[in-house]
Amino acid sequence: MTASLLIVQILNGLQLGILLFLVAAGLTLVFGVMDFINLAHGVQYMLGAYLAVTFVALTGSFVLGLVLALAAALAIGLALEFLVFRHLYERDHLDQVLATFGLILLLNQSVKMIWGAAPLSVPVPDFLSGNVALMDGILYPVYRFALIGAGLGVGALLWFIVEKTRTGMLLRAGASNAPMVSALGVDIRKLFMIVFAFGTMLAGFAGAMAAPILSVEPGMGDTVLILAFVVIVIGGIGSIRGAFVAALIVGLVDTLGRSFMNDLLRLFMSAPSARATGAALSSMLIYLLMAVVLFLRPEGLLPARGRT
Amino acid sequence: MTLKFSLSLGAGVLALGLSAAQAQEPLKIGVVSVLTGPAAALGQQVRDGFQLAVDQNGGKLGGVPVQITVIDDELKPDVAVGKVRGFVEGGKVDFVVGPVFSNILGAIAKPVLDSGAFLISPNAGPSTMAGKACHQNFFVTSYQNDQVHEVLGKYAQDQNYKKAYIIAPNYQAGKDSLAGFKRYFKGEVIDEVYVPLNALDFSAELAKIASAKPDVVFAFLPGGLGVNFVKQWSQAGLTGKVPFLSAFTVDESTLPAQQDAAVGMFGGMTWAPNMDNPQTKKFVAAYEAAYKIVPGSYAQQAYDAAQLIDSAVKAAGGTADKDKLRAAIKKADFTSLRGKFKFNTNGYPIQDFYLVKVAKRPDGKFQTEIAQKVFADYADPHAKDCALK
Amino acid sequence: MSAAATTAEVTSVAPPPERAKVLLPAILFLLLALAPLAVTLGMPAGWLALLTRAMIFAIAALSLDLILGVGGLVSFGHAAFIGIGAYVTGIMITEGRSEALVILPAILAACAVFGAITGAVCLRTRGVAFIMITLAFGQMVYFLAQALSAYGGDDGLTLYETSRFLGFDPFANRIAFFYTVLAALAGAYLLIRGLVASRFGRVLRAARENPTRVSVTGFDVTRVRLVAYVISGMLAGLSGFFLANHTEFVSPAFMSWQRSGELIFMAVLGGVGSLHGAIIGAIAYLIAEDALSHLTEHWRAIFGPLIVLFVLFTRGGIVGLLRKLGSRHG
Repeated sequence: MTASLLIVQILNGLQLGILLFLVAAGLTLVFGVMDFINLAHGVQYMLGAYLAVTFVALTGSFVLGLVLALAAALAIGLALEFLVFRHLYERDHLDQVLATFGLILLLNQSVKMIWGAAPLSVPVPDFLSGNVALMDGILYPVYRFALIGAGLGVGALLWFIVEKTRTGMLLRAGASNAPMVSALGVDIRKLFMIVFAFGTMLAGFAGAMAAPILSVEPGMGDTVLILAFVVIVIGGIGSIRGAFVAALIVGLVDTLGRSFMNDLLRLFMSAPSARATGAALSSMLIYLLMAVVLFLRPEGLLPARGRT
Repeated sequence: MTLKFSLSLGAGVLALGLSAAQAQEPLKIGVVSVLTGPAAALGQQVRDGFQLAVDQNGGKLGGVPVQITVIDDELKPDVAVGKVRGFVEGGKVDFVVGPVFSNILGAIAKPVLDSGAFLISPNAGPSTMAGKACHQNFFVTSYQNDQVHEVLGKYAQDQNYKKAYIIAPNYQAGKDSLAGFKRYFKGEVIDEVYVPLNALDFSAELAKIASAKPDVVFAFLPGGLGVNFVKQWSQAGLTGKVPFLSAFTVDESTLPAQQDAAVGMFGGMTWAPNMDNPQTKKFVAAYEAAYKIVPGSYAQQAYDAAQLIDSAVKAAGGTADKDKLRAAIKKADFTSLRGKFKFNTNGYPIQDFYLVKVAKRPDGKFQTEIAQKVFADYADPHAKDCALK
Repeated sequence: MSAAATTAEVTSVAPPPERAKVLLPAILFLLLALAPLAVTLGMPAGWLALLTRAMIFAIAALSLDLILGVGGLVSFGHAAFIGIGAYVTGIMITEGRSEALVILPAILAACAVFGAITGAVCLRTRGVAFIMITLAFGQMVYFLAQALSAYGGDDGLTLYETSRFLGFDPFANRIAFFYTVLAALAGAYLLIRGLVASRFGRVLRAARENPTRVSVTGFDVTRVRLVAYVISGMLAGLSGFFLANHTEFVSPAFMSWQRSGELIFMAVLGGVGSLHGAIIGAIAYLIAEDALSHLTEHWRAIFGPLIVLFVLFTRGGIVGLLRKLGSRHG
């Protein structure tokens, strides 16, 4: 374990964090503004990845494929909003959980029927392939930097919309008191529809961006969904800033735990038992983190204003 | 339904005499396989490989019409037990073929074997059932799990590699895998890493590999894990710099997603789609025509399982005499796609193991190809703990 | 709209009229008691095993309904208790202690201790935070079981014998197994019903609607909730005991978060807060899953939309639906 390796691992942790933020951003937006628990967010992420596979292969261009995939994800999101979600806004959380669980079953199965069960992939676009030598022997893929850039871009855009625009003001107002905003003459259903569609598109974008580095397969959204929930709960539900900070923390804790837990434990115990304990502990680490954060601050690290 | 059946049975007796009528009673076979979630890619190969053999035989095995029930184990042990128990208790079952994963096998073995049916595993080959928990009606057409990992350990040792970095998921099969590798590899293991089963991003591990500069990397990262790892491996610029040995990480089920990133990587197996014998050529062509993908070991082992049943039922003249049937199964008198194939006393095969290498075919598809033989007539060491003779 | 609203928002079925409160559960248990007859009348033998399995999950869903439906606490880690029950059973049988009268107290003690410790931590939070912190503890137990190499780790542990009761072996016979589980289910139902009707239950229910008012009247809300949480966990542990014996196998998969989610779905499907709703929900869920999976490999593409339609067009789960039908006729 050297200082340079530590720096690379910190970078890796931040990079995983950015990926998690991409997934969590849409979830926390929908959850925060509409008080809607959307378990289907994970399968929408998966759809984004599958659509990217199809459209990139069809057009032969990553950028064009990405744009088409986003448009398609948006269209599917709007259709689902019209058919299912808008009838659930007024219902309690458990009904939302049950119905969106039904959607998970349907979409996971549909994806398998359409694209098959075998894992698929999207090639890294030529202009983003290649490596940058960070230090002796350690190369960092350019695409990873693109991913970090995309995450930061989405974060900045969301921050700008929520904090600086009129729509953002309505969103913040709607989050703390929907009936009041509605009484002021704002069409809250339309607002919700826009937020939901935007959230869906963010999920799809995250899936499409992850497709070149991850395996595109049925059920790929389920793991990510739980991680995204961990992130938004640690950060404070509805808070974009909170999701960003929490995603980075989760990414760092997970990566550093996996890299250095064994070495750390080896100071106290024999190598084999350090390995066994280390592996078990590093799997548990983010849940441990979440339990501690919630215990000390049930509202999360950076709760959104107007929600307590 | 029952009426119709007895009518046709009656007609059969009249027309062909008693023996032919007995042959009309279909062979009842359950195929237990995972058809849910990401692992379904493997499960479908098992189901399709078995079905292909039956179809090629005109819907019969050993001259008897076959009635196949496909059971999705969902990769959940308790779900699998529920469904399988319902199936074997629902009426006389002759064979259960499956499953893909060892943890499911551990769950369904008892209800299947208690019912008196033969259990033939086309993939899972845990050490427990090769040793102390072996059973006279349990046979494996794949291998004992450890052996595949040992192939790579032996090869790494033969190549005289000094420093190895080894990585597997944090579960029992992962631990067994790395133990199997180390059984033959005598050099230094500079790091032994266990990652979560749902790991997505391997940047941390890849950075460690790049900085530690091992002579060889051994990975057991099945399914989606392997896809993620191999893609990120090539993106991190490690391709060609460190030899990559693996088990169940680059195979026909994952290659459609790994593609060029996996070319040149090594695995261990008992068979590859380019194996040089006529039965393999025929099988691969038929499988690709029917299912549009290159068959992997999963399909091949299920195909062999069907051929095994075919040969045994034929030799025993039906399934009525279990002892006769068991003796016929033990003989393994069929033309395996692997060429050589025979059973050890514990119902596991004795066979050759090869180092296989990923290659791109002229038609643009990807497959593993045989690079060299690592073990000849290799039997697993657990057989000595098995009381069967 | 605050996160804390989640707990209060759980729509439980309104207290039903006295007649329905007795009639529906009575019909339910009568039907269950007669179910083995259906097998003698020609239903396939596997059906009994399926029903037994459904009743085992019904015990767990019922125990969840105590805290979820009555107490308004959505636990997303309830499967951990099933897992603890199953693993205590599996480990003790492997170590040669198959007597149920030894295993059961061990399970209840283990679940009580785990419930008391995690409950004390979890109950400091509300709403979504509670959901997620229970998930966190569930995941920790899951990974712990995965690390138990001595007992199979992720591969799980096969049980080569089942538990005995003072030398009797009710689990060797399908019908005896069925009635043992039915008796346990009925016992658990009566116990929880008694609890809910008692002063303790009234406080628990009132604390869901308005915790502040309850604490003003001098009750320690957190303590009442903790007791409910521990009792609920112990009953779920009991279902783990039966599950291990029924499957003759234990595995970390018994306590994955998906399984905890399924328990919530069972309770919601049946209709939360009515207790017998959880039983109906569990049985309906498992039977629907089994029936559809026989139809086609792609049964989830049917089951998923069915769930969505069910939520969109009914309120209060199956029990709510039955009551609506009943009141239309009455």
